[in-house]
Amino acid sequence: MTRKDPSGGLVISPIRNGTVIDHITAGEALNVLRILGITGSTPECLSIATNVKSKRMGKKDIVKIENRELRTEEVDRIALLAPQAKINIIRDYQVVEKKGVEIPEILKGVVRCPNPGCITNTNEPVESTFEVLDKGLHCLYCDWLIKDDIANHII
Amino acid sequence: MYHIISIRDFERDDLDYLLDRAQEFDTGKYRSGMLDDKLVALLFFEPSTRTRMSFATAMARLGGRSISVDSVEASSIVKGETLADTIRVVSSYADAIVLRHPKEGAARLASEFASVPVINAGDGAGQHPSQTLLDLYTIRQSMSVDGIDVGLLGDLRYGRTAHSLALALSLYGVTLHTIAPGGLEMPANIALELRERGMEVVEHPNVEEAIRELDVLYVTRIQRERFPDSASYYNVASSYRITTDLLAGVKERLMILHPLPRAGEIDPEVDCTPYARYFEQAKNGVPIRMALLHEVMK
Ligand SMILES: Nc1ncnc2c1ncn2[C@@H]1O[C@H](COP(=O)(O)OP(=O)(O)OP(=O)(O)O)[C@@H](O)[C@H]1O
Ligand SMILES: [Mg+2]
Ligand SMILES: [Zn+2]
Repeated sequence: MTRKDPSGGLVISPIRNGTVIDHITAGEALNVLRILGITGSTPECLSIATNVKSKRMGKKDIVKIENRELRTEEVDRIALLAPQAKINIIRDYQVVEKKGVEIPEILKGVVRCPNPGCITNTNEPVESTFEVLDKGLHCLYCDWLIKDDIANHII
Repeated sequence: MYHIISIRDFERDDLDYLLDRAQEFDTGKYRSGMLDDKLVALLFFEPSTRTRMSFATAMARLGGRSISVDSVEASSIVKGETLADTIRVVSSYADAIVLRHPKEGAARLASEFASVPVINAGDGAGQHPSQTLLDLYTIRQSMSVDGIDVGLLGDLRYGRTAHSLALALSLYGVTLHTIAPGGLEMPANIALELRERGMEVVEHPNVEEAIRELDVLYVTRIQRERFPDSASYYNVASSYRITTDLLAGVKERLMILHPLPRAGEIDPEVDCTPYARYFEQAKNGVPIRMALLHEVMK
């Protein structure tokens, strides 16, 4: 549902309860959803705005998810792609909580190891596990280092 | 529980302790029945003669027994069983597991599913810590490892023994000299990791330039498969071959090591020089593996 705002642009309707992820690095909204495991088939009302004008960032993306309050472990993964992102928890139309994202020390099941010989790329019952270092993501199984282009390795 | 998975898991004190233990086993300072009620499972999902035999020998010398799968074809992985399941089951038979597997990180995974200690005997292009320990042990037999100059020669791109040894040597203030054919240089992230660990890494264009500075020359195999055709392989291989001529003017204490088997990297004439230490090195596999087996099962 959308409504016209006075300037003639389209504005996303407010949500009653849920989460707004604001200040996402422009262009990363879809990757952010992917990292959260939210796909097009999610039953909830989902709004995505990309390349929205922002005073602080020039351009930004925003994601609004109805009826879901994201947990800290979930949102921290976002920091990989959008370190400035702000998580706003909405209850009864009001922002009741606002927090930044922090890059976690360990990423489990978030990125796929690019090493074809890595045991995590087999049918073994194990999740990919990377430790987050300044120089990149380090596979704790095969020692592979992902230096850049992290979005491309997201599962 | 004590697993032996990667050289990265070891501090210098841990390495020194294991090397000291190996020396005790090497010089006969042990009770022969130390592991007489123990059973080790040798799970080799990839061919190996030396490593497997030296683990079996080490276990027998300590009075223990080994069980093993005879071939990958005959084993249940062919039937699609996961390594995780195999490890869970074998954990209930044996007191420790020695694993060789073609996939990198296999030993780490095994340690997560095992209810007994796991020793990594090589995981694909990854880690092979007992090899590194026996390399260090061989160096230490002739000199203190602290602050020496070690040359790594050969395939430094894919050669896991070279990477793992370099990581261990970075704990001893060693200066590393790398000598590799174009395309087989040490990967940038490994060189970076070594430098982050405080190691000085010097690249050399050829052996001649480096050899007179070295206390240890560690030669690794250059594999034929890495080259597009035989001609380019022989070209490179011959220019990296160690001959007696090359050894003129080297340090008296220079030792030449090779994880074996060698192809043509070292001229057999070099075997008769006092610098050749690769056969002693191979022999050291037994005391090192005695120390490891004893450590995880004592
Ligand atoms: N009920 C709601 N439904 C949908 N979006 C909402 C709702 N309430 C707030 N938002 C959105 O959540 C974000 C944060 O709201 P807030 O009122 O805190 O804005 P702000 O003061 O600009 O915050 P910031 O400093 O983080 O930019 C904004 O993008 C806003 O449009
Ligand atoms: Mg705002
Ligand atoms: Zn990996």
